[in-house]
Amino acid sequence: MVDPLAVLNAVVAGVMLGGFYAAVALGIAIAFGMLDVPNLSHPAFVVAGAFATWQLNSRLGLDPVVAGVLLTPVFYGLGVVVYRLYHVCFERRGETALQGLAFFFGLLFITEVALVMIAGADYRSVVAPYIGSSREILGVTVPNRMLVPFVVSIVMIATLHQFLLRTFTGRAIQAVAQDQTALRLMGIGPTRIKAFAFGVATATASIAGALLIIIEPVEPSVGRDFIGRAFAAVVLGGMGSFWGMLFASIILGITESLVSDMWNPSWAPAIAFGFLLPTLAFRSSGLLGRRL
Amino acid sequence: MSSLAITGLSAAYGKVRVISGLSMEVRSGETVALLGTNGNGKSTVMRCIMGLLTPVAGSIVATIDGTSHELAGRTTEEIVSLGIALVPEGRRLFPRLTVEENLTLGAARRLARKVLPRNMEFCYEAFPRLKERRGQLAGSMSGGEQQMLALGRALMTEPRILLIDEPSVGLAPLLVKRTIEKIKELKDERQLTVLMAEQNFHQALTIADRGYVIVHGEIVFAGNSADELNDNELIQRFYMGL
Amino acid sequence: MSNWRFCLLLATLVVAFWLAGRLVTNEYVFFTGYAVLQYILLATAWNLLGGYAGYINFGSAAFFALGAYVSVALNKLVELPVPVLILAGGVSSGTLGLVMGYLTLKLRGVFFSIATLALAIVFQAVITNWEFVGGSSGAYVIRPANGPWGGPYVEYLFYVMLILACAAVALARGIERSAIGYGLAAIRDDEVAAEISGVPTLKLKVLATVLSGTLMGMAGAPLPFYVAYLDPPSAFNLSYAVNTIAMPLVGGTRTWIGPVIGAILLDGVQEAAMVTISSASNLLLVGLLMVAFITLAPNGIVGLVQSARRRK
Repeated sequence: MVDPLAVLNAVVAGVMLGGFYAAVALGIAIAFGMLDVPNLSHPAFVVAGAFATWQLNSRLGLDPVVAGVLLTPVFYGLGVVVYRLYHVCFERRGETALQGLAFFFGLLFITEVALVMIAGADYRSVVAPYIGSSREILGVTVPNRMLVPFVVSIVMIATLHQFLLRTFTGRAIQAVAQDQTALRLMGIGPTRIKAFAFGVATATASIAGALLIIIEPVEPSVGRDFIGRAFAAVVLGGMGSFWGMLFASIILGITESLVSDMWNPSWAPAIAFGFLLPTLAFRSSGLLGRRL
Repeated sequence: MSSLAITGLSAAYGKVRVISGLSMEVRSGETVALLGTNGNGKSTVMRCIMGLLTPVAGSIVATIDGTSHELAGRTTEEIVSLGIALVPEGRRLFPRLTVEENLTLGAARRLARKVLPRNMEFCYEAFPRLKERRGQLAGSMSGGEQQMLALGRALMTEPRILLIDEPSVGLAPLLVKRTIEKIKELKDERQLTVLMAEQNFHQALTIADRGYVIVHGEIVFAGNSADELNDNELIQRFYMGL
Repeated sequence: MSNWRFCLLLATLVVAFWLAGRLVTNEYVFFTGYAVLQYILLATAWNLLGGYAGYINFGSAAFFALGAYVSVALNKLVELPVPVLILAGGVSSGTLGLVMGYLTLKLRGVFFSIATLALAIVFQAVITNWEFVGGSSGAYVIRPANGPWGGPYVEYLFYVMLILACAAVALARGIERSAIGYGLAAIRDDEVAAEISGVPTLKLKVLATVLSGTLMGMAGAPLPFYVAYLDPPSAFNLSYAVNTIAMPLVGGTRTWIGPVIGAILLDGVQEAAMVTISSASNLLLVGLLMVAFITLAPNGIVGLVQSARRRK
């Protein structure tokens, strides 16, 4: 007999976890889902964000979330540079996305190894007043180290969503995914818009990284575990749809949490694939529609 | 005072030559029809003017409000910001954006952004249907409504010269007539210079001042008036089925 | 050169190596040689799909490790000669390729690549939970002291790998010059056009995936005997996945010789650098070389040589 309270516990923990996964997947939803740039290295950038946060936290005593936000301009710049390079070397040459995939895989690998060389292969963690405390929700004890990332992630996704819906640039970003030639006929350069959007997507990695290191200690190779999850969330969510991606992330989080609690935590990384493969094979338009 | 002069234009896709040594002009305030059936290079001429395709040879000079600009070699974005707009073949709306969002994106250039509210109002007055459907996704509209939106969106860029590629394609005969009449109306109200590519000779000639007939990428006949084109024996035989 | 003469050349090469091997007494030579040959095999296998058809497989580690763990499992049940284990490993990984191919190759190549990337992670989870083959704590495999024809066992493994690698190269060369090769090249250049002109694209892609997977499984099968101790982190090491991709890309993906050159070069560089720099900077070097080649010389060393020749 399964204890209902244990199930509720696992579900609430799963929702929190899923909210965080959405923060990682957000950058991929923009880069891959909207701009069609298969940025495999995004999870590695997230880990880089976690390490940068760790530096600011341990040296200056900054709150990790504040540190993550402060780092966004740096990551924005990094994203613009990466996109420009990708554009010049692959997109403009009309090279298939496949060469580009290998490029991003290389970046993923380089970032990971560079982090090992700079910071070592040890686990790092941050200090903040809310890490270690917890609060009661629906009669379930939720640790704040899960709750804070969940809330920050939702706020970040909602803000970007509003930005895309309400501003001129946001609409241009949506349009660039739909018809680049038409956008040029409006006098808007697609490359500039894409560089900006890719920069924003990469900037989310510093915040997602801060959230990651709040949740658990981080070492350079953990990024790989998130590739499957983040891409599964984006594909399941219907490529580029924010709410679809969030919904899929939470489903993923709940499933992982249930499996970890009821069965064995070491299976958790495989679950994303369990979702991804059938979706790709049988329902490639994702669980939900496409509208942002 | 805006006009367009094309001299000796040649264009190719890869090694396939599509246009060779084409010359034509659109004088200020005129509506000129570029007539021809599918695959004769009408769209390619449009693409060259807009900088979507770089010509192999030749020059395209646009005179906007008295200043001349060579267009060959410029980017599409630059050409649009000079005041030239294209309603592309197949309309190419942003299907997953709403009608209003599509229109807003038309007003990207600084000049157009300043007059955005006025132009939006103008579009809604010219096409009341668009106002009714302002919150609807562009992709979910009928062909006629989409053509209206495409025209409206091009007008939002505040053009002096308007290029229209195959406005009649995919529309029911009654709608074709109405669309063509609408183009004439818009042209008069906005004092535009219009170049329209069409394969529907009948309809195009109801509003065109002059016309060129293009076959295999070359101008085979230049009619100085709609009547001259209507009376041309070749056209009657091959294109109008008379 | 005809296929027959090419095979004869390879056979001569094998015999020459075998004769030369009689003179070598230092086992280290065979250890190093085995590593190079294993990478030639892996790179050639990857290139069948990645280079010829343009479909990038990030999950080489999964196919490779599956072969290795099938060996471990069978070896615990009955004592089997290595060639039989290689066959078993090949069949298992080939089947995995067949399943993956059918499920994901109908979509754009990007999705196949992402699926293979996730595949490696899943397989690691599966193996980590499979107690029979040691689970997370790993498995020890007793390596016989001597090969079936005398001499150290690693020398025997070296020859086995030599034959496998030569066979794979001959296969790749044969495919490259056959109707299958032209079909795959058509897919790489323009899949839609290939489809329209009647190339059975899905069939060819699945075939390439199966062949590629089979060879990777075969490459993995002798691994437990080579390392004597196998645990998931080492079997699924990212450096396998990266090297397997980097080698053909650096060497050149269009021809059979590209992966061979890339494998010899990159493995050589890593072996040499291992002495002087740390293993992390070693891997960084591979990553940088790979990115440099994709961006600056997309056709690899072979492409550079060809264009230099043309200029003359």
